[in-house]
Amino acid sequence: MSIEARRILQLERLQKTVRHAFDHMPLYHKKMQATGIEPGDIKELDDLRKLPFTTKQDLRDSYPYGMIAVPLEKIVRFHASSGTTGQSTVSAYTQNDIDSWTECSARSITSAGGTAKDILQISYGYGLFTGGLGLHYGGEKVGMSVIPTSSGNTRRQIQMMVDLGTTMLACTPSYAMYLAESIEEMGVKQDRLRLKSGLFGAEPWTEAMKAELEKRLNIQAFDIYGLSEVMGPGVAISCQHNDGMHVFDDYFLPEVIDPDTQVVLPKKTQGELVFTCIAKEGIPLIRYRTRDVAALNDDICPCGRTHVRMNKITGRTDDMLIIRGVNIFPSQVEAILLELNLATPNYHIIVDRDGALDTLEVQVEILEDMFSDHIKGLEHISRTIAKELNNILGVGCKVTLVEPKSLPRSEGKAKRVTDKRNLK
Amino acid sequence: MKIKQISVFLENRAGRLAKVTQVLKEGNVNIRALSIADTSDFGILRMIVDHTDKAYEILKANDFTVSSTDVIAVAIEDKPGGLGKILAVLNNVGINLEYVYAFLGKSGQKAVMICRVERPDDAIKALQKANIQVLDMLTLDHI
Repeated sequence: MSIEARRILQLERLQKTVRHAFDHMPLYHKKMQATGIEPGDIKELDDLRKLPFTTKQDLRDSYPYGMIAVPLEKIVRFHASSGTTGQSTVSAYTQNDIDSWTECSARSITSAGGTAKDILQISYGYGLFTGGLGLHYGGEKVGMSVIPTSSGNTRRQIQMMVDLGTTMLACTPSYAMYLAESIEEMGVKQDRLRLKSGLFGAEPWTEAMKAELEKRLNIQAFDIYGLSEVMGPGVAISCQHNDGMHVFDDYFLPEVIDPDTQVVLPKKTQGELVFTCIAKEGIPLIRYRTRDVAALNDDICPCGRTHVRMNKITGRTDDMLIIRGVNIFPSQVEAILLELNLATPNYHIIVDRDGALDTLEVQVEILEDMFSDHIKGLEHISRTIAKELNNILGVGCKVTLVEPKSLPRSEGKAKRVTDKRNLK
Repeated sequence: MKIKQISVFLENRAGRLAKVTQVLKEGNVNIRALSIADTSDFGILRMIVDHTDKAYEILKANDFTVSSTDVIAVAIEDKPGGLGKILAVLNNVGINLEYVYAFLGKSGQKAVMICRVERPDDAIKALQKANIQVLDMLTLDHI
């Protein structure tokens, strides 16, 4: 689709969505009235900026049915967020919404090279979490053979991978790393695996971790982005050129704003990602603030797709730690560990307060083959890591070496930070 | 003539050393000598056991981080000046001692020094030349 034709489609869809939301969603009716905007004021795509934002809190406040814009009989599916950072939020889909999602999910799989000949193992959780079912429908639409292993039971996952000859793996990057470790531990040789590619997402991860996964699993890794409030996996996907993720902007209009001033930022500037669902019926969110940090780029990708691209999520505005006034993202720590290669990329950050001063401790797991009978070797490792963290983060920290595999591994999203300051 | 020492990474967490001793006991491995090198955050447990390979396997299987190192074991009379004699020999041939620890033999007559040195083969030669008894695994078991 040409860029011009897409702009026309986007505007039509945006106008229709705004009208639908204004008429059927009390929250948007009220918000728009408060700022004096009417659906008829949306005459061009840039008028998007006139519309009010939606926050996670709006979704919580309207739990469970408050945001649904269609009669309940039109809803065919619910998903819900885990609610780990507060009250759970609900997503509701009409049949058309499920079809659109399936389309985006299938496009994502295709972008990662998946075809009907491939065997897709989905190790994202099935159930209320959107990861499993979202990719499942996409995989079937492409015509792949889908193995719905869901998350957990790692030995069984690996057994299936070997026996059924999985060619594409879909899961969180931290679980992919855990699978890679387990494969090595179980002594399964590379030649018994047929893996070609991996679709990893649902948590922030770094280029260095991508390279590590590609090496250890002998695959090409793709970055998939999505969130249940907007739809689920398949909002954006990287391609073989590995230069950002293509946002399916015929379904979702992306913006990047300054999280403090809420001003829209120019392209290629990092800020908080905001999405407007322009082809959704159940809960068509307008300017939803994701709290994910990324930048947009509208240069045309060599792969030929004309969608706007977003770079890898570098963190979340609510993941961001402010330590002695300095902003720190856990993903920065991961990148440094992978680059130094003196410890495993598993880490745990502990923030505390000693009097009035914030303290930062990073626990890292030593690599078995770097262990000897000498203290000085290990001390050199912890000192080097501490020095590099200090250089890059701009904050002094203490590095504590712990035993390999002693830090918690989650089978879903990894928990990397303990902030003890809140407890006091 | 070198003997094997087992080293274990000990994270600064309650009960780690107890766990090492427990799994070795369950494997019927006897610790002859041990020393711990510690920092504020972690320690390295170094030990001489009666069944080195078995100890290594058991510790690995229990997820400990383990390495095995060549050290030398020297028998000395348990009386003043015993250690000094060894150090003088090593000093004469310019070999640095990295660390040392000791235990008393079963008979109670002789002490055994476990020494980690830079060039173990040269050290053994020099010690033997000075008529100092360097032990192998077998004699170590019975001393």
